[in-house]
Amino acid sequence: MDLIDFARGPALQWSLALFIFGIAWRLIGVLLLHRKVDHSLPRHQDTTMGGVRLIFSRMWPKPEFRQSNAVHYALSYTFHIGLFIVIFLFRPHMLFIRDLTGLSWPTLPSGFVYVIGAMTLATLVAMLVRRMSHPVLKMISNFDDYFSWAVTALPVATGLLAVSHLGARYETLLALHILSVCLLLVWFPFGKLMHATLFVISRGTTGALFERKGAST
Amino acid sequence: MSEIVDNNPLDLTGTRISVQKPEVRYDVQGEMPDEERVRIAMRSFVKDFGAHSAIYMESCIHCGMCAEACHYYVQTGDPKYTPIWKLELFKQAYKREAGPFAFVYRLFDLKSAVTAQQLQQWQELIYDSCTMCGRCTMICPMGIDIAALVSQARHAMFEAGLVPHELWAVAERAEREGSPLGATASTFADRCEWMADEHEVEVPVDKERADVLVTISSIEIMKYPNTIADFAKVLNHMGVDWTFRTDGYEATNFGLLSGNAAWQKDMSMKMIKAAIACGAKTLILPECGHAYGALRWQGANLYGKPLPFEVLHISEYLARGIKEGKIRLRQWPESVTFHDPCQVSRRGGATAAPREVMRALGVKLTEMGEPGLNWCCGGGGGVVTIHRADELRYKTFELKMKQVEATKAEHLVSSCSNCRQTFDDGQAHFQWDKTMESLLEIVAANLINT
Ligand code: HEM
Ligand code: HEM
Ligand code: SF4
Ligand code: SF4
Repeated sequence: MDLIDFARGPALQWSLALFIFGIAWRLIGVLLLHRKVDHSLPRHQDTTMGGVRLIFSRMWPKPEFRQSNAVHYALSYTFHIGLFIVIFLFRPHMLFIRDLTGLSWPTLPSGFVYVIGAMTLATLVAMLVRRMSHPVLKMISNFDDYFSWAVTALPVATGLLAVSHLGARYETLLALHILSVCLLLVWFPFGKLMHATLFVISRGTTGALFERKGAST
Repeated sequence: MSEIVDNNPLDLTGTRISVQKPEVRYDVQGEMPDEERVRIAMRSFVKDFGAHSAIYMESCIHCGMCAEACHYYVQTGDPKYTPIWKLELFKQAYKREAGPFAFVYRLFDLKSAVTAQQLQQWQELIYDSCTMCGRCTMICPMGIDIAALVSQARHAMFEAGLVPHELWAVAERAEREGSPLGATASTFADRCEWMADEHEVEVPVDKERADVLVTISSIEIMKYPNTIADFAKVLNHMGVDWTFRTDGYEATNFGLLSGNAAWQKDMSMKMIKAAIACGAKTLILPECGHAYGALRWQGANLYGKPLPFEVLHISEYLARGIKEGKIRLRQWPESVTFHDPCQVSRRGGATAAPREVMRALGVKLTEMGEPGLNWCCGGGGGVVTIHRADELRYKTFELKMKQVEATKAEHLVSSCSNCRQTFDDGQAHFQWDKTMESLLEIVAANLINT
């Protein structure tokens, strides 16, 4: 079996399986925990909307905090939107998902995606530099933070290498690209990348709890 | 431990009343080997770990944004004051003992064990430099309620005997004497009599039946006793059937602040029993922040079922009285800014009530930013009792002064006696020209009695 066949075949299948199983395990793990009944008289009975509201409203900082976190939000939004475009609006990627699921949607011109890809990678590098130099980030960061960064940056980097035919044969580069994606999928449920799903639960929890009290969110 | 108790004379003369500054510090309570202390702290942190805390523990992405919301970080620039860092040790306990991958962590012995020395270092982070004000909760992109986690970590620290000396001492005194500041039942009764004479107002104490049970903070009894008369003036004006009770008057809860869950329950149960004993339909909490969080939101859960009476902060009771036309007020058209006590407004939800009261007074209100989000005074969470934290507290107070000054308002009004003593103390320290005024006091002074 060629490297590329291995990558496209068993590697991708197994990592997808782990990805799905791991996410389920972790989500079920936190969702099944014992929830205590709250006997206090609620200020507001219906708390669902409070949860939903915070899930959306916390996408953006309160005016009070806008200035202090401006750089952070700018970098983070650039990176996340860039990543989204690269993953979902690149024609070869869409075709791959179409083969898996049958779904298809319009995509962007490849040249444009390459520019976005380069920008995404640059933003990731900027975020890493910031993490390693900002006193707070430097202090609180752990293995998970750096490893999660690496497994996120690798597919972007190898994807760019593959399309620019740099360093090795296209097939080899593509195989590496796919393997890096496998690594991302496998790591995803175990580290902080889970925030992509957990944000709904943690924001929703606080939103609902605070709505019950009528507290500020 | 009794020698620690004997070494705790109260200091009731300063701008901030607490136990006196200890000559020798005893920030470790009880005799036990270090490993035992660590084991107890870690165990009790994960013990009855609810779903909410677990979700929070899982969700942090280490973005560091919470630092910018915390007055300790903002004023010092020291990264150790980053809110989520205050829980670092406990996060390790969670991962190892309770998380969904705990078995993996234990199997490979990942997440190295915490040391007693580290726990002692963290004492400063969990107590001296967190007022549990909850501003960090407002900034976290994952919506993690960091303040609630700190409160949980305090339980662990208490059980491991790692509470800052003065906070431990006032909590112990509160459990033993019924008041953290020597405001025992008989002292309270004396003060009620004194205030009744001084202000020529009727102050009902220990009525057998009453519709409304009024509670009070020791800080008010000892430092702002006029509050007793203010309560009486307002409730008598409203024609309410009310009483103070010497078997359930103390609303502060140093069990909660120090992290002793059993004491917290004892303290709350006194008020709950007193309210039930006199058949009260309403229990009024005084101008005290954590008292509101403790009884309004946690009381029923300690009681084990819904409380058979409603619990209101005095500002809520005043707002209701005004709405129902039971309180008639003269206009007091002054320029005012209002300091929201964290536990009443931001975390308690009673943000609108004081504003309705001020509207009825006709004040010109200038807000310090979004209502309910203002800077903490720096004295909450028991921090004002801790002497070694004074310097840090004054630093955070500067932030508060700046925020107040920026409004250019003439009067600074609030509704928490713990904030009030923090403001008094800060005012004395900085020779500031602003004195915090109590909302209840202003209302009591502007009643139209026919
Ligand atoms: C600028 C960044 C990227 C570029 C230029 C890029 C480019 C490519 C190219 C040219 C292919 C080959 C398609 C084919 O021949 O079938 C591919 C496949 C793939 N890429 Fe990317 N990629 C990038 C980033 C990413 C990222 C960030 C991910 C996921 C997180 C990703 C996931 C995949 C997957 C799953 C395949 C499917 C392989 C297959 O066809 O079996 N790529 N990519
Ligand atoms: C809708 C889903 C998502 C939301 C709401 C979200 C939200 C966030 C937020 C709020 C941050 C912190 C901001 C910062 O540190 O600057 C963050 C960081 C990050 N996110 Fe996401 N994210 C999502 C999906 C994803 C996905 C799918 C990935 C990757 C596969 C990802 C990778 C990252 C990485 C690597 C960081 C950390 C960057 C760093 O500080 O080193 N995110 N995300
Ligand atoms: S609760 Fe307040 S004091 Fe404590 S860490 Fe958060 S912002 Fe800082
Ligand atoms: S703001 Fe929230 S997610 Fe970010 S580091 Fe602090 S606690 Fe973690």
